[in-house]
Amino acid sequence: MSAATVERKPETAADPGGAPAPDEAVPRRRVPLWWWLAGVLGAWVVLSIVLGDRWTLYLPGQGTRGIHETLGDFRRDLIAGRDDNPVMQAVGALSDLFNTVVEWLQGLVSQAAFPRPVPQIGWLGVIGIAGWVSLAVAGWKHALGVVAGLGAIGLLGYWPEAMDTLIITFFSVAICLLVGLPIAVLMGTNRRVNAIVTPVLDVMQTMPSFVYLAPMALFFSLGPAIAVAVTVVYAMPPAIRISAHALRAVSPTTIEATTSMGQTAGQRLRKVQLPMARRTIIIGVNQTMMAALSMVVIAGFVNSPGLGIPVLRALRAGDNQVGVAFVAGLSIVVVAIVLDRVTTAASERSELAARGAAPGRGRWILLGVVGIAAVVMVYLSRTYFSLATFPESEVGPRVADAVQSAADWANDHLRGVTTFVQETTTTLFINPLQDLVAGSPWFVTGAALVLLAQLLGGWRATLSTVVCVGGILATGLWYDAMVTLTSVLVATVFVMVVALVLGVWMARRRGVDRVLRPVLDAAQVMPSFVYLIPVLGLFGPGRFTAIFAAVVYAVPVAAKLVADGVRQVSPTTVEAATAAGSTAFQLITKVQLPMARGHLVLAANQGLLYVLSIVVIGGLVGGGALGYDVALGFSRSEFFGKGLAAGIAIVLLGVMVDRVAKQAAERRR
Amino acid sequence: MKHRKVSALTGSLAAVALVLSACGGGDIAEEEDQNAEQAGEAGDCGDLNLAVNPWVGFEADAYVVGHVAEEKFGCKVSYPELAEEVSWQGFGTGEVDVVIEDWGHPDLEKQYFADSGDGSAMEMGPTGNIGVIGWYVPPWMAEKYPDITDWENLSKYADLFETPESGGKGQFLGADPSYVQFDEAIVANLDLPFKVVFSGSEAASIAAFRRAEEEKTPLIGYFYDPQWFMSAVPLVRVNLPAHTDGCQDDAKSVACDYPETELKKIVSTEWAESGSPATDLVKGFSWTNDDQNLVAKYIAEDGMSAEDAAAKWVDENPDKVEAWLS
Repeated sequence: MSAATVERKPETAADPGGAPAPDEAVPRRRVPLWWWLAGVLGAWVVLSIVLGDRWTLYLPGQGTRGIHETLGDFRRDLIAGRDDNPVMQAVGALSDLFNTVVEWLQGLVSQAAFPRPVPQIGWLGVIGIAGWVSLAVAGWKHALGVVAGLGAIGLLGYWPEAMDTLIITFFSVAICLLVGLPIAVLMGTNRRVNAIVTPVLDVMQTMPSFVYLAPMALFFSLGPAIAVAVTVVYAMPPAIRISAHALRAVSPTTIEATTSMGQTAGQRLRKVQLPMARRTIIIGVNQTMMAALSMVVIAGFVNSPGLGIPVLRALRAGDNQVGVAFVAGLSIVVVAIVLDRVTTAASERSELAARGAAPGRGRWILLGVVGIAAVVMVYLSRTYFSLATFPESEVGPRVADAVQSAADWANDHLRGVTTFVQETTTTLFINPLQDLVAGSPWFVTGAALVLLAQLLGGWRATLSTVVCVGGILATGLWYDAMVTLTSVLVATVFVMVVALVLGVWMARRRGVDRVLRPVLDAAQVMPSFVYLIPVLGLFGPGRFTAIFAAVVYAVPVAAKLVADGVRQVSPTTVEAATAAGSTAFQLITKVQLPMARGHLVLAANQGLLYVLSIVVIGGLVGGGALGYDVALGFSRSEFFGKGLAAGIAIVLLGVMVDRVAKQAAERRR
Repeated sequence: MKHRKVSALTGSLAAVALVLSACGGGDIAEEEDQNAEQAGEAGDCGDLNLAVNPWVGFEADAYVVGHVAEEKFGCKVSYPELAEEVSWQGFGTGEVDVVIEDWGHPDLEKQYFADSGDGSAMEMGPTGNIGVIGWYVPPWMAEKYPDITDWENLSKYADLFETPESGGKGQFLGADPSYVQFDEAIVANLDLPFKVVFSGSEAASIAAFRRAEEEKTPLIGYFYDPQWFMSAVPLVRVNLPAHTDGCQDDAKSVACDYPETELKKIVSTEWAESGSPATDLVKGFSWTNDDQNLVAKYIAEDGMSAEDAAAKWVDENPDKVEAWLS
C-alpha cells in the first residue's frame, strides 16, 4: 500500500513473465481503432445516462456482505485457536529466533547493551566500519559519501532509529536473498516453476500491507520479527524476479557450448550462469533494499523499531509537527540514497572484477590502513560517551523549523488557489468520470471494460479482464473498486502530463537533469506519510487529495523513464529533423516522443502501478472506496473480512490494467 | 604519492578522534560497573508494557502512568506503538500489559474477555475521562446559525455543506476508520439530506475542522472529546435525538445520539495477577478530560516529547498522583 513499489523498474516490467504473445499479426482493420474506441465509449455514456444510477452494487462505507463475514471468521478462528495451532507454534519459534538476532544487533549498534549504558559500538565506530566496507566494495568516492550520509543522519538527530532501520533492512534483505535466490534459480531454469511463482509474486507486490499486517502479527508476535516478516513479504519479489530474469538472459549459445563440453547442470549454474548474471543479481539486491526501505513506516504500525515510529508520532500530533515528520523522513531518504549508490557502484565494480581487473598493491595497502583506522575508531567509540552517543545538534530542529514555517506559509497563502484547483478538478474530471465508471450499472461497465481490453490488447487481455472483472464482483466491492479505478485513472493521466513535461525537459537539458534527478530520487523514497498533513491542510480531505498524494509519489519513476526514452532517440534523427527546419515543439511532438513510445507506455504502466500501490494512503486522506475499506479492516476487527476483500480487489485491478497495458504495448511494437 | 595521501588521511582521522575523545564526556566503563552493581537492586516491578494506541490523548495517559511507574516502582517501561486491534492481540502473548484508554470495543471484548473469549484480557476500571462522541460544527457556524445545534434544523442548512465530494447533498465528514460510527445509519433513519464522506484519519478530520474555522467555511462531522484539538478550536456539538439505552444496539436502525462513554483501562489478565506493584497504580489512575487535554496539548501544540510532557504534568500535580497510589 502505502509503500512504495520501488522495485518495479524496467527490468521487472520488461520481464517476459509468461511466454511472449504468439505472433497474432495485427489484423488490417478497415475501421481505424480510434473509431471503435470512440464507439464503445459513446455507447457506455449513453447507456449510463439512460439506465441512470441503478445496479451499481453500491455498499455503504460501513456496510458488509456475506463474503466479508466469511473472510472475517477465518481470522477469528485463527485467534481462538492460537494456543494449539502447530503452524503458529512453529512460526513463533522462528520469530523468537528473529527477535533474538535483531535484539543482539541492536545491542551492538543502536540500543544500550546492558550493563553498558550505550551500545557496544558507538557512532564513530559504525562510521569507521561502514566507511571501510564501502571502500572495499565500492571505492573512495562512495566511502566518503557513506561517511557523509551517516554523519548527516546523526546531525539530523535520528542516529539510533536509523541504526534500527538499517538492522531491520539488512536482516530482511538477507532473508530475502537466502530464500529468494534458490527460488530464482528454479524459476530461471524451469519454465513451469516460473509460471507458478510469477502470479504469487504479483500478489505479494500489489496486496496492500495493511491487509496482512494484523494477521501476520498473530504468527510473528509484536517484536521486531513482525517487522522483518512484513518487509520480507514485500521486498522479496524484486530479488526473485530480477535474478531469475538475469539467469534466463544468459545467452543460450553459451549454455549449449558448455553442455556440449559435458558440464552437469550444477556445474553450469555455478560456473557459468551465476557468474554471468552477477551484475544483474546485484541490481536485484539494490531493488530489494529499496523495497525494504519503503516498508519502514508501515512496519512502524506494528511497533517496528526504526525511523517509522518518529514519522507516525509526528503524523499523529498533526500540523505543528510537519517539520519534525520531514526530518525523520529525510533520514529515511539519506539511508536509501546511501545504500542505493553503494550497491549500484558495487555492481559496476563486480563487473570489472569479473573481467579480471585485479586491484593493485596500492589498494590493498589503502584498505589495510583504513581498516586499522576503523578499528581505532571502534575502540574509541567504546570508550568515550561523546563518541558513542551522537552529540545533540541544532541541525535537526533547525531544518524542522524551516520546513514548518514553509508549510505554515503555504497553508496561509495558497489555500485560495488550492481550494479552487481541488474543486474544479473534482467537478470537471473526477465526478463525471466516476459517474460513468462507477455510476453505470455493473454489467454495462463490466462489458465496456472487456470490450476496451479486446480493442486495445486482443484476446489475452480480454481473458485477463474477464477473470478480473469476475473476481472483483465476487469480492462484493464492485462499486468501491470502480470508484478507486476512476481515481487511479485520473491520477495516472496527471502523472503522465507532469512526467512528460519534466522528462522532456530533463532529456533536452543536461543541467536540468543534474538538478532534478536527485530531487526525484528523494521524492521517490520520501514516505508519503510525511507530506499527508500539509497536503490535507491545502486541499482538505477528499478524492482529489488522495490523487494528489499519488501523483507526487508516482511522478518520479515516470519522469525518469520518459527522460531515458527521449534521450535514447538517435542524435542523427534529431539532427536531421533540426536540419529540415523543425521547431523545438515539432521536434518534440513529431520526432522525440513518437520514437520514445516504448518508454512512454512503460512509464504509464509503472505510473499506474505506483498510483495503485498507494490507494490505501489515499483512503487515509478522504479517498474513500477500496483504500478506506482496507484501512477500516486494519483498524476494526469486525471489518477484517471487508478489508481483505478490498485488498483482493486492489490486486485484481492491478493485474487487469497491467495485463491490458502490456498486451497493448506488445501489439503496437 | 598515493601512500602518503593515505597515511595523511589516517593520521588526520586519528587526530580528529583524539580531539573528540578529549572533549568527550564521562567514561563508559565506569558507568558500566555502576549499572552492573545496581542490577541486583532493581525493584520488583520488572517490565511494564504500556501500549500506545495512535492518538495523542492516549499517549498522554500512557506516558503519565509510565512516568509514575518508573519513578515510584522502578519499572522498566516500554511503549509499544500499536493500533487498538493489534494491542489486544498482544495481551495473550505478554507483549502488551495495559491498554490505558479504551472507548469500547464489543467485538474485541467478545474475543478476548473471559466470559465469551479466551480470557486473555480484562477490564481494570474507568480512567475518569468521559468520552463525548457526537456531531460537531466549527464555532463560527454555531455563532452565525445559532439554531444549527439542533438536528431538526440540519435539513434547512444542508445546502451550505454541499461539496464536490458529496454528490448534490450536504457533506457529513465521517471519521478515522478505527472509531465506532453510526452516521450513515443516523443520516438515513433521520431522513437527513446528507452524504457521509469519510475523512479516513484523525489527522484528516482535524485538518478539515481547522480549515473550516480559519476560512469560515461550513463543515459538520464526527468528533469527540477529550481531544487536544478541542482546546485549540472548541467545536460545538449538534444535538441528535437523545440517547436511550440500547438505541444503538442494531447498527442498521440507529437514529439517536452517541452515548457518553466512560473510558476504561483494559489489561492483560496474566499481568493483573502477576502482583506487580504497578497494578495498583493502573487501578488507581484517574484524571479529568481537562487534565488529559493539557498533557496532549503539551505534546501536539507545544511540540514537547511525550516523556517531558508527562514529567511536567506529574511535577505540577503531586497531590493528584498521590491519590492514585493510596
